[in-house]
Amino acid sequence: MIEFHQVFKRYEGGHEALKGVSFELPAGEMAFLTGHSGAGKSTLLKLIALMERPTRGQVILDGQNISKVKDRHIPYHRRKIGMIFQDHRLLFDRTVFDNVALPLIIAGVSDREIPKRVRAALDKVGLLSKEKQLPIQLSGGEQQRVGIARAVVNKPPLLLADEPTGNLDPELSADIMNLFAEFNQVGVSVLIASHDLALIARMRHPVITLKEGRTIRNELAEAAFDE
Amino acid sequence: MSKSNRQNTSYKISFLDRFKMAISLHKKNAANTLLDVLRHPTNSLLTILVLAIALALPTAFYVFSSNAKAISSNWSGGVQMALFLKENVSQEQRAEFIQELSFRPEFKEVVLIPKEQAIEDFKQQSGFGDALDYLDENPLPDSIILTPYENHSGAAMLEKLAQELEQNPVVDLAQLDMAWIQRYQAILEISQKVGTFVSILLAFGVLLIVGNTIRLAILNRRDEIQVIKLVGATDAFIRRPFLYTGFWYGLIAALLAALMVNIVLLLLQQPSSTLAELYNSGFSLMGLAPSQTLTLLAIGASLGLFGAWFSVSKHLKDIQPT
Repeated sequence: MIEFHQVFKRYEGGHEALKGVSFELPAGEMAFLTGHSGAGKSTLLKLIALMERPTRGQVILDGQNISKVKDRHIPYHRRKIGMIFQDHRLLFDRTVFDNVALPLIIAGVSDREIPKRVRAALDKVGLLSKEKQLPIQLSGGEQQRVGIARAVVNKPPLLLADEPTGNLDPELSADIMNLFAEFNQVGVSVLIASHDLALIARMRHPVITLKEGRTIRNELAEAAFDE
Repeated sequence: MSKSNRQNTSYKISFLDRFKMAISLHKKNAANTLLDVLRHPTNSLLTILVLAIALALPTAFYVFSSNAKAISSNWSGGVQMALFLKENVSQEQRAEFIQELSFRPEFKEVVLIPKEQAIEDFKQQSGFGDALDYLDENPLPDSIILTPYENHSGAAMLEKLAQELEQNPVVDLAQLDMAWIQRYQAILEISQKVGTFVSILLAFGVLLIVGNTIRLAILNRRDEIQVIKLVGATDAFIRRPFLYTGFWYGLIAALLAALMVNIVLLLLQQPSSTLAELYNSGFSLMGLAPSQTLTLLAIGASLGLFGAWFSVSKHLKDIQPT
């Protein structure tokens, strides 16, 4: 699903966020990306979503070298990816329903279809009863689940999450992670950046560890090697 | 991608559905932005008023100058040329010359005013009646009044004609009383050029005002734009509501401008017809014709649209998700 080949990212100003990262996430796999803050986790995810472009190296998504995606095709590229953020990035002047419907409206799904799909997504994250509420009326965990519903409503083959449990207490965090695992079980590839090591350890999925922009441990490669 | 993944790929959307959705998106965008403008009148009213005034000024000027042109075109239709004949011209020469003139294609009417009639007219009109009786002989010459056809009543053409006729041995003087019309037309021409220049400046002003309003709207919704870009919105999708907003601003401002101009015209109707009566003229003030109103609306709407377009294409690029 995702391949990184010797990827470097140097920001303007000289900061080198990634210094030759390589890994491969097979389709249908779920993996964690960990490391201290500043290790390059967020940069790595941004490269996949084309929020940044690599300075050097190749990023391949679903068999396609994404450095070849032109700027005006970036929106279509992003529709293949469901993204979840630590700060949820919801629209606070719109209802839960409207927030989740957003990717469908953007993709041009018909008015008849939208309510069905939005409710299906909200049902999966357990928020069907709150569709008419505004995000501000929800708890942090609920807001994050709205973010997840929005990310999955278009049924993208890949989910990327950047510290999705960063602001949540341990119990809610585990719920959120289990939700990701459920999506993974129906075939969605999932890559989650998190520094919640205890929680990651309990999830029993491969972990990629970054330190100062380099891969210092890649359980995905070890798993492949074991086979 | 593995087989288990297939069921999970994005929904497929047919072309027809896409088309239908695009139409319905346009409708929704148009309606929502209009409602937005109307629902927050305090935000938009001031902008729309400024735009309306900027559109009303050139419109009023246009109406004014087309009225002024209408007045002067009535006048130039009435231009006449007077030929004063030399004193020693015989009756035969005079008759021959008149015949010659009536064969020319330029003149609608050739009227001889013999000097006997001229002095009679002068006596009656000037009020010097009795005083003139003391003159030994009639000091006035024979004259011929020429009325040119409309297509020959251009100032330059008549001037040339007068010069030509003056060469004729029987003609003493060809007089063309149109200097004041020329002055009037020259002033009109200058004021029209100034008007065009000011209108272009004001149109530019409308573009800038709409552009700036849209710029503020974009900055206000910066976070929202970032989020929509993240979930895969194209620039066209993000641009559309702003373009509609600009369009509505321009259209509503143009409607208001048409209203303002019509109110002013209504107020001027009475005094102008009084003035026209005083001058014995059948002139009546022309208002905005429906086609001109439509043109105004079209200009307003497109200025709004373009102002928004410039602003959006300049500022939307700067907003990228981080």
